[in-house]
Amino acid sequence: MRAATLVRHVDEALAKARDPRAYITDDGKAEIRICAGTACHSSGRPAVTAAFKEELATRALVDTIRVVETGCHGFCEQGPIVVLWPSGLFYPHVRPEDVAGIVEASIVNDGVLQKRLYKDPETKQRIAHEKEIPFYIGQRRRVLALNGKIDPYSIDDYLAHGGYTALAKVLTDNDPAGVVEEIRRSGLRGRGGAGFSTGTKWYFARSSHGEVKYVVCNADEGDPGAFMDRSVLEGNPHVVLEGMMIAAFAIGASEGYVYVRHEYQFAVDRLRKALAQARERGIFGDGVLGSEFSFDVRITEGAGAFVCGEETALMASIEGRRGMPRTRPPYPAVEGLFGKPTNINNVETYANVPWIINHGADAFAAEGTPTSAGTKIFSLTGKVANSGLVEVPMGASLRHVIFEIGGGMLPGHHFKAVQLGGPSGGCLPESLLDEPIDFESLAAAGSMMGSGGMVVVDDSTCMVDFARFFLTFTAEESCGKCAPCRVGTGHLVSILDAICAGKGELADLDRLERLARVVKSGSLCGLGQTAPNPVLSSLRYFRDEFEEHIVQKRCRAVVCRDLVVYRIIPGKCTGCQRCVQVCPTEAITGPRADAHNLDPDKCIKCGSCYEVCRFDAIAGDAILIESRGQHAD
Amino acid sequence: MAAVTRPQPELDDLPASSPPIDPWAQIVQGFDGNRSDLVPVLQRAQSLLGYLPPDAVRRVARWLRLSESEVFGVATFYAQFRFTPPGRHHVRICLGTACHVKGGVQMLETIQRRLGVGAGETTADGEYDVERVACLGCCALAPVLTLDEAIHGQMSVLKLQGILDAEASA
Ligand SMILES: Cc1cc2nc3c(=O)[nH]c(=O)nc-3n(C[C@H](O)[C@H](O)[C@H](O)COP(=O)(O)O)c2cc1C
Ligand code: FES
Repeated sequence: MRAATLVRHVDEALAKARDPRAYITDDGKAEIRICAGTACHSSGRPAVTAAFKEELATRALVDTIRVVETGCHGFCEQGPIVVLWPSGLFYPHVRPEDVAGIVEASIVNDGVLQKRLYKDPETKQRIAHEKEIPFYIGQRRRVLALNGKIDPYSIDDYLAHGGYTALAKVLTDNDPAGVVEEIRRSGLRGRGGAGFSTGTKWYFARSSHGEVKYVVCNADEGDPGAFMDRSVLEGNPHVVLEGMMIAAFAIGASEGYVYVRHEYQFAVDRLRKALAQARERGIFGDGVLGSEFSFDVRITEGAGAFVCGEETALMASIEGRRGMPRTRPPYPAVEGLFGKPTNINNVETYANVPWIINHGADAFAAEGTPTSAGTKIFSLTGKVANSGLVEVPMGASLRHVIFEIGGGMLPGHHFKAVQLGGPSGGCLPESLLDEPIDFESLAAAGSMMGSGGMVVVDDSTCMVDFARFFLTFTAEESCGKCAPCRVGTGHLVSILDAICAGKGELADLDRLERLARVVKSGSLCGLGQTAPNPVLSSLRYFRDEFEEHIVQKRCRAVVCRDLVVYRIIPGKCTGCQRCVQVCPTEAITGPRADAHNLDPDKCIKCGSCYEVCRFDAIAGDAILIESRGQHAD
Repeated sequence: MAAVTRPQPELDDLPASSPPIDPWAQIVQGFDGNRSDLVPVLQRAQSLLGYLPPDAVRRVARWLRLSESEVFGVATFYAQFRFTPPGRHHVRICLGTACHVKGGVQMLETIQRRLGVGAGETTADGEYDVERVACLGCCALAPVLTLDEAIHGQMSVLKLQGILDAEASA
């Protein structure tokens, strides 16, 4: 095809792909945008949407204002979230019974429903607009730009907001090597964990010889405590598909796979619908947008194995085998899926690609640090005031993310550590909060960027137990192919078990460190190679807690069951009997109005009485959980 | 022009008017019989049958010209597949990082105490089965569990007991 003809074809095809009658979201239009991410869904989104529709119908407003269900707004803990346009008013925790009031105050009239507005936990001030909320102010939403703005089920929305223009650009420029170079120059590094240069990876895949090549999107998101990829797929599936397609064009592939966790049913559904729409509009399939390039994608649902996030295991899984990793080289770029050259990237990596093509490598590299360009999404959870999805430029400090965007700790909790990188990462203490978030700094500190899980813990988390939690996870998820990982992680767990049970000895700490080094250096794949990181980082920064468990048999966080006792403080107990009612083992006894008695031999330390006393009883603080080391007993 | 992957058929896409068929026909409908169909076929079998009975494993093996042990080996590798009938209600408890930090273990213990079965088991009356999962992807609501299709966030021992009481009296 001649260049001019190609340009004409692509332009025409892109124009034709649009449905002129479709509704397009726009901040200037009267819209009620309801977050339909998983978290808001589980906090009651369907009922809220229904209530808005009904309210609009009774007030005959259906034609003047539109209800749009969007992807994740990120402030998940405040769900269900409703944002009104064009005013930009933000209503958190909306319940169906609030809907009439909101419509009356802010849609029929020009005001706000003061008592339903977001309340800043720190200043106690009500904040009306999304853009004024500290959680959003500190962010730089680039990959998530359209999340919360467009309807993920509407390809027209995506097209109207600049979707698939990057694809059209690469097709008309018709210079695949140039695309690879542009991505390399942008400094984009893989967002799936290892941080390898995406452009270099594409270069290898492009240089490999082969009639058939594949492009794979890793949407397995195995890190337990992370949901970035899920939110991108749920909120804007097309941007990931567009990124994959550009990769395919650049390396010369015509088939792609998205490997997505089966637990992510919303994401799978939106992805499938997006793909079907894109095929219908001539964007996927034979002759993409009127060019000579053909590409289509299959969606494979992972069947629940963490190790399948590892690229070689993932490919084995798509091939219908047990998802076991193999040694590299050969790298997937040379010998990947079905033995063919394959490019595999993470969801967020692909989602960055259209932006780079549209705005240029330099603009991308201008954000972030010299070695870590662009932005990164984190899922901020744990004992932090504002949990949710956060996108910041690389190089932002941990303090900025946790204390400014995240609003600091939940009231009454003290920061102890932040865990990054999930089971492959590590915990960092308060003294490192000013570290910049980039690949190198985090690795040097003994943690890692990982895929973006960021879990904040406070005094109530025991660092020994926390390390054991991760090791137990990796030991269970180890595929068993290589001995250092299969046997080594199991041993690490048993040593940690002993320490948590108060049966450890100081020599165990050296054993842990020695064994950890063996597992790291001897394991076949990244799972084993990084599995000891949680233990090593905890030993590095929180060694005193390990020693306390061993020497004093004390767990200061009162988590390790064998080291704590429950006690009723007689002077505080009002004898309200709520704890007696909830105790499953009849360990608590006592008549009404008299201080109760707790039989430590019957107590299974389930926490029911503690919880009921704090939230449901008259005294509120009569039950004490304390470490054995604290109290002479 | 290079060959293009044929879109994989979806259960929802199958015509609703198709005559009532033996689930087996539905299980393999639209697949080519390639090795790479193994996991998706098993997934569909499980979604239609509720679990993978020995007969399903046998038929899938025969259909894909694989040995039964090969199919069983693949199926047992993945946590999604179950080989015993599910309970009428399905409880999933998240023990991912965020949920662990906020007390997920206590939720599992409460379930164990109340239902008398632990993760991976089904109650004797076939009413409930309990599954432990690592992250349901709504960590901001930790601790999280699901009962059938409903997701319950920000759980506590007391709230969970309330839910179980309501279920028991329903
Ligand atoms: C045990 C293990 C689990 C992994 N899980 C994931 C995952 O869930 N998602 C992901 O994108 N990458 C995961 N990876 C990294 C992949 O192997 C691979 O590096 C990544 O998909 C490459 O994409 P990127 O260059 O865009 O980051 C995992 C690696 C290991 C060793
Ligand atoms: S850790 Fe439980 S939902 Fe993510």
